[in-house]
Amino acid sequence: MKNMKKKADFRGFLANNAVVFIFVVITLAATPISGLSPASILQEIVTRIGRNCFLVFSLLLPIMAGMGINFGMVLGAMAGQIGLVFAVDWNIIGVPGLVFASLIGVPIAAGLGWIGGQVLNRARGREMVTGYILGFFMDGFYQLIVLYLMGSVIPIHSLNITLSRGYGIRNTLTMDSVRQSLDRLLPLRLGPVTLPMANYLIIGALCLFIIWFRKTKLGQDMRALGQDQPVAHAAGIPVDKTRIIAIIISTVLASLGQIIFLQNMGNMATYNAHKQTGFFAAAAILVGGASVSRATIPNVFVGTLLLHLMYIVVPRAGTNLFGSAMIGEYFRDAFSYGVIALALALHAWRKRANIELARSELRGGGQKEEDKEGTTC
Amino acid sequence: MNTDIILKKIAAFITDFGWPRLIIFFFVVLLFIAAPFVGVRVDTSLMNVLVRFGQNGVMVLAMVPMMQAGAGLNFGLPVGIIAGLLGSTLSMEFHLTGGLGFCAAILFTLPCALLFGWLYGMLLNKVKGEEMTIAMYVGFSIVTFMAILWLILPYANPTMVWGYTGQGLRTTITLEGYWTKVLNDFLAIKIGSYFEFPTGTLLFFAATAFIMWLFMRSRTGTALTAVGSNPVFARAGGVSSDRMRLTGVIVSTVYGAIGILVYQQSFGFIQVYQAPIYMAFPAVAAILLGGASVNKASILNVVVGTFLFQSILTMTPSVINNILQTDMSEVIRILISNGMIIYALTRKTKVTK
Repeated sequence: MKNMKKKADFRGFLANNAVVFIFVVITLAATPISGLSPASILQEIVTRIGRNCFLVFSLLLPIMAGMGINFGMVLGAMAGQIGLVFAVDWNIIGVPGLVFASLIGVPIAAGLGWIGGQVLNRARGREMVTGYILGFFMDGFYQLIVLYLMGSVIPIHSLNITLSRGYGIRNTLTMDSVRQSLDRLLPLRLGPVTLPMANYLIIGALCLFIIWFRKTKLGQDMRALGQDQPVAHAAGIPVDKTRIIAIIISTVLASLGQIIFLQNMGNMATYNAHKQTGFFAAAAILVGGASVSRATIPNVFVGTLLLHLMYIVVPRAGTNLFGSAMIGEYFRDAFSYGVIALALALHAWRKRANIELARSELRGGGQKEEDKEGTTC
Repeated sequence: MNTDIILKKIAAFITDFGWPRLIIFFFVVLLFIAAPFVGVRVDTSLMNVLVRFGQNGVMVLAMVPMMQAGAGLNFGLPVGIIAGLLGSTLSMEFHLTGGLGFCAAILFTLPCALLFGWLYGMLLNKVKGEEMTIAMYVGFSIVTFMAILWLILPYANPTMVWGYTGQGLRTTITLEGYWTKVLNDFLAIKIGSYFEFPTGTLLFFAATAFIMWLFMRSRTGTALTAVGSNPVFARAGGVSSDRMRLTGVIVSTVYGAIGILVYQQSFGFIQVYQAPIYMAFPAVAAILLGGASVNKASILNVVVGTFLFQSILTMTPSVINNILQTDMSEVIRILISNGMIIYALTRKTKVTK
């Protein structure tokens, strides 16, 4: 019995960190092959953490509330992009432009988050796949608004951003007015590396917010939900409402995150920029050692760092190793998708194994029964 | 009194069938009615719908066993599709043409599909309750992983590989001169100058559907359905739920693999690299449109759903664009197919709750 538990603990530890281990090994192996200098890698990483962390943070609260990875965060990204379109159209320059974009994006994101929360509440037990499809569905509305209604129903003044047919936004939105305005607000030079301090301050503030939020009544309610929904319900926590709030906050954070992300990129692929957001954020947080039911602030940082290190070095390593950049690029995509699949599978598999372990302990014996069903009630 | 009963029956039918499906059904009918008034030929459209019905039908059939076995919507259809791609590229590599090429493609495909399906099924058995999300990501990763292999596998047929390097498959490989439209042209009936009945493809679909029908009614199929509807009851009856689910996933994968071959011969091209990554979604949407729920699907659902879905895909670009003078069909397609999937995922089935 004791032996078995020890074995289970060891396997649990392995399963907990298997994804991180595999990732670290491959990335470390690829780093020297890529032939990039440490300084340039460091600079890239520092920029990318400042750019992407905020988006990854938006996944924290739904995980805490037991809703899994919120692939529906794409909705927030779309809201942020709509805000940016207006900021560029009104030609508001620099950081005020970003604030303006946020002012438009946040209410839209809150509304979309509310819708998303309602939908996910109806799809209990399969929130992740529903959220994913919801992203696709809302992409249809996004296209309807940006490609057909903007410029025909919704007034757009600037001819530079509309398609030549008179309405609809161009495929690539050049955001000269707000390009890297946040990154260049407070640059901090440390030897060969420039730190975008403003981004880091905002991310720091967000961390403080999350730490504070966890201690509030609402935060405690969410954690209770994540632990056990029926018990939380019995304790008088408004389950549906709390879940909706978690999704609303997540969507709003995603809209802000997308604005920060795109100001760094400087150009916006109007109809594609949001499509990969959920994938990158999910991959980052899972690579950081988070699971579908447990995620912490360090997970976000470690994950973003590792994922982007991999994204920087692997294509180069692929070019150097095989003489073809495509192989490296396909490899990193396959690897990221595979990591998500592996992390999700390990978690689901462990959940079932734990249930079985709990059952066999309840029986007082270690006998293993074949073919156990999970708790699906 | 009598009208009351009828009204109640209609109301019950609507709640059972679901109003989104009814709206879409009437939308399709409207499209067909509106077509002649905006200068779209109904017979050509109908032919296109039939061709695309046969082209996609087998892939939609691939949803049935997995859904019936309780493993959810088969978002991992790309696993089967990859097996099919291996088969068709191998057949081309050996320069096999015509019907022989197509049959050889099926032969090469089957072992791959069985192996992939077995592995995929083993995985899904380990992750009960989370199948759909994981299936989706398994599909994504196998497609991107195979993209590497398409680049480095030693294919040599000059129609398939890039001309200037002589290595790596082209993104789209034409089947011209191999087995393009081999089923579509088989016994095709030409009526007038605008209509051609794709007999071979539809016969092939009918045959595969009939085999599926037989399978679902066989001992294994019944056990599989029992596992899907009530796993505890099935276990009490001495049915191994893991084995049945595995069978369901393997059959689904094989159908997905054959489905892509039918698709390719009708489409005329083999699409490799990233092309198959989202191919599961139209198939999922089609079967749900036909009235299936996440845990219940029938051959009738497949037929009705594929017909409706392909009608929308064929008719909206021509009819809607003629009415509105803009190309809104893409938006309509996205909203309808994904809306249908969300509707099915959020619908509380009477059996479970």
